[in-house]
Amino acid sequence: MPSPEPCAIAERQRILVCDAKAAARGLHAGMPVAAALALAPGLRLRERETAAETEALLGIAAWAMQCTPNVALDFPDLVLLEVSGSLKLFGGLGEIVARLRQGLAAMGYGAHLAAAPTARAASWFARTGKHCLIADAALLEDELRALPLSVLQSAKEAALASIGAGSIADLLALPRGGLARRYGQGLLDALDQALGRLPDPRGAFVLPEKFCAVIELPAEATQAEALLFASKRLLVQLEGFLAARAAGTRRLVLSLSHRTAPATRIELGLVAACREAAHFAQLARERLQQTALPEAVRAIALQVQAIEPLEHGSRNLFSDALREEGNWPRLIERLRSRLGVAAVHGMALCADHRPERASIRAEPGAKQLALDFELRPFWLLARPQALEENAAVPCHHGPLKLLAGPERIESGWWDGADTARDYFVARAANDALLWVYRERSPAGAWYLHGIFS
Amino acid sequence: MPSLAAGLDSHPGIWRGSQLARTGSPGIASGFAALDAELPGGGWPCGALSEILPQHEGIGELRILGPALAQLATQGKFIAWIAPPYLPYAPALAAAGIALERIVIVKTVKDSDSLWAAEQALGSAACGGVLAWPRDIGYTQLRRLQLAAENGRCLAVLFRPTQAAREPTPAVLRIALATSAGGLALSILKRRGAPLSRPILLPALSAPHAAAASSPHLRFDAHVVDSTASAAAAAGSISARLALA
Repeated sequence: MPSPEPCAIAERQRILVCDAKAAARGLHAGMPVAAALALAPGLRLRERETAAETEALLGIAAWAMQCTPNVALDFPDLVLLEVSGSLKLFGGLGEIVARLRQGLAAMGYGAHLAAAPTARAASWFARTGKHCLIADAALLEDELRALPLSVLQSAKEAALASIGAGSIADLLALPRGGLARRYGQGLLDALDQALGRLPDPRGAFVLPEKFCAVIELPAEATQAEALLFASKRLLVQLEGFLAARAAGTRRLVLSLSHRTAPATRIELGLVAACREAAHFAQLARERLQQTALPEAVRAIALQVQAIEPLEHGSRNLFSDALREEGNWPRLIERLRSRLGVAAVHGMALCADHRPERASIRAEPGAKQLALDFELRPFWLLARPQALEENAAVPCHHGPLKLLAGPERIESGWWDGADTARDYFVARAANDALLWVYRERSPAGAWYLHGIFS
Repeated sequence: MPSLAAGLDSHPGIWRGSQLARTGSPGIASGFAALDAELPGGGWPCGALSEILPQHEGIGELRILGPALAQLATQGKFIAWIAPPYLPYAPALAAAGIALERIVIVKTVKDSDSLWAAEQALGSAACGGVLAWPRDIGYTQLRRLQLAAENGRCLAVLFRPTQAAREPTPAVLRIALATSAGGLALSILKRRGAPLSRPILLPALSAPHAAAASSPHLRFDAHVVDSTASAAAAAGSISARLALA
C-alpha cells in the first residue's frame, strides 16, 4: 500500500532498502539509520523481519505452482520455476512471464523476473535485476559474460577483483586449473552449472496441504476499501495455490487482528467451489462493508482449511456473458454476501397437509420431490390474518363471497401444532380471490391465509 | 399500386406506425394468445424491463406470468423473486408447472437492497426471469434496472402500484391490470409500437376454475356458495367440489 511518508527497512542499524520517496531525499542502502533519519525526519523505519520474508517467499512459491509443478526455493530471495514443460499450455515464455508479473503485482510484490536455459543463469540474471528472457542455449554464454562477479555471492569476490577479474567474462578467460586451485572447485562448478555443463539439481518445493497467509498492514486501517485492498493480495495468492492443486474451496476465513480486541473473523461461504480471486474479493467487499470493527486492523490472515477438486475451466471462446449463463451459484453467493445467508433461499414442497408447512425453504437448485395438492393460492400470508365477521359473513374490505369449499384440513395433533380448519375460496368486494379458513372450534373465527393471484 | 403496397408491407426494413415494433429477440410466449398478439415479439419481452400495475393484489397478476415462468423453469433457468409482498406458495407454483428448484427468493429489509439485488440478478445473465416488487423507485433507478436488464437478456418484471402509471418509465412494456365484469382487463399503457386503445379481456382469469385450468392436474368445478348457506356448507353439505383429473 503506498504510504504518504518515505519508508525504509533497516537491518543492524543500516538502511537495507528504501522506497522512491526516501531515495529522493538522498537515502540509499547501506546508510546508517541515524544519517537516514537526519535526511528524512518523517521516515517510517521498520526492522527487517527475515521470518516474514521467508513466509512471503513460501507464499510466492505456492502461488507459482499454478504455472509449473517444478518449483524450487533459493533462500533468501529467489523462487525458481522450471517452465519448459508449461510453455505450450500458457502460449510461450513471454505469456508466462507476463502472467507471473501481473500476479506478483496483484499480490503487492515487486520482483525481478528472468529466464534462462539453466537455473543458475536465470538466478544470476534475476539477482542483477536484468530483464533477460533467454530461451536459446546458444545465446546464453554471451549474455552471461557481461554479468558482474557480484552474482556469485561468493566471499572470494574481493580476491577476484584484486586480480583484475570484474565480470564473468574475465573469469571464463582465466585457466580453469589455476582458478580451481586458488579459489576452490565451487567457483568453477557454479560457472559450469550456469553454462549448463554440470547438472544443477534442486530440491523441489512441496505444496502445503492447507492455505494460510498473513499480511501486515503498513498502517492500521478501518476503511473497508483499505482492508479489501490488502485482502485482495491474499486472495490472489490463494487463487494460485488452488490452481496449483487443481482445486477450489467453499469456505474462506479472513481474520482481522487488532491491537487489543480479539480478532474479527469473517467467514465467506460459497454455494459451489470456486478459486477466482476476483469473485472472492467481491464477496469479501460486501462482508467487509457490513462488518463493524471493534478497533483498527493491524493484520489480515486468510485461511482455507478444506479444498475440493475443481476442474480447470476451458479457456473462454465466447464472451463472458454467455459463460455466466449457468453460473447461478455466483449470483446467489453475491446476494448472500450482502443480504445474509437466510435472506436468499429456494423453496420445496413438504408432505404435510397443514398449508403453512407444505411449502418449506430449500437450497436453490436442489432437486425436489413432486407432490400433488388441491387448489392452492400463489401467495401465502406469513401468519393468518384474523377477519372480522359481520352477520355470520367474513369480511375483508367488505363482505366475502365464498366460491368454493370447504376443504377440511385437520392434522398435526401429534406434534403440538394441532390444526383443524375449513378452507374456502372467497371473492372479496374488489374481486380479489382469497383463501380463507374458519377454525373448527366453538368460536369458529375466520382467517385470511392466502391470495390467489 | 397494390403490388407495391404489398411489397412494402412485407419488406423487413420498413416499419409503419400502425404496426407493432419488430424486436430483435422474440419474446417469451405468455400462454395467452390474445395477449401475445398484442405484444411485440409475440410474448413477454426479454432483455428489457416490463411493468405490471395491478389494481390490487389477488386479481391475477401472477397467473398471467405463470405459463412464461413455467417455460423458463423447464428450460433450467432460474427465476428470482425479489422482495415479494407475501410468501410465494410452493404447492401453487408446482401446480402451475414451475419447477421449484429453479426458484430463488430474495428477502430484503431496505429498498436499496431490493434494487441492488434486482440489478445483480438482472445483470448476471444467470437468471431467466426476475420478478421484483420495489416499494419506492424513481426514474433513475428504473433506468439502471433497464440497463441491467439489457445486459442480462432475461424476462424482467416489476410489480408497481397503479399510481405509477402517471410517472414516466424507461420500461418497454407497461400493463395495468383491473377486474372487469368478473374477468381480467389488461390495459397496455406502453409497448414498442402503436399504443393499444382498448384493454385485452381475459375473462376466465379471475374465476377459480381458470386457476385450475392453468395447471394440468387440477380440474375445479365450482358452484357459487351462497353466503347464507355457508354455515350449512361448513356443516358438511358440500356444494363445491375439488376433483383430481
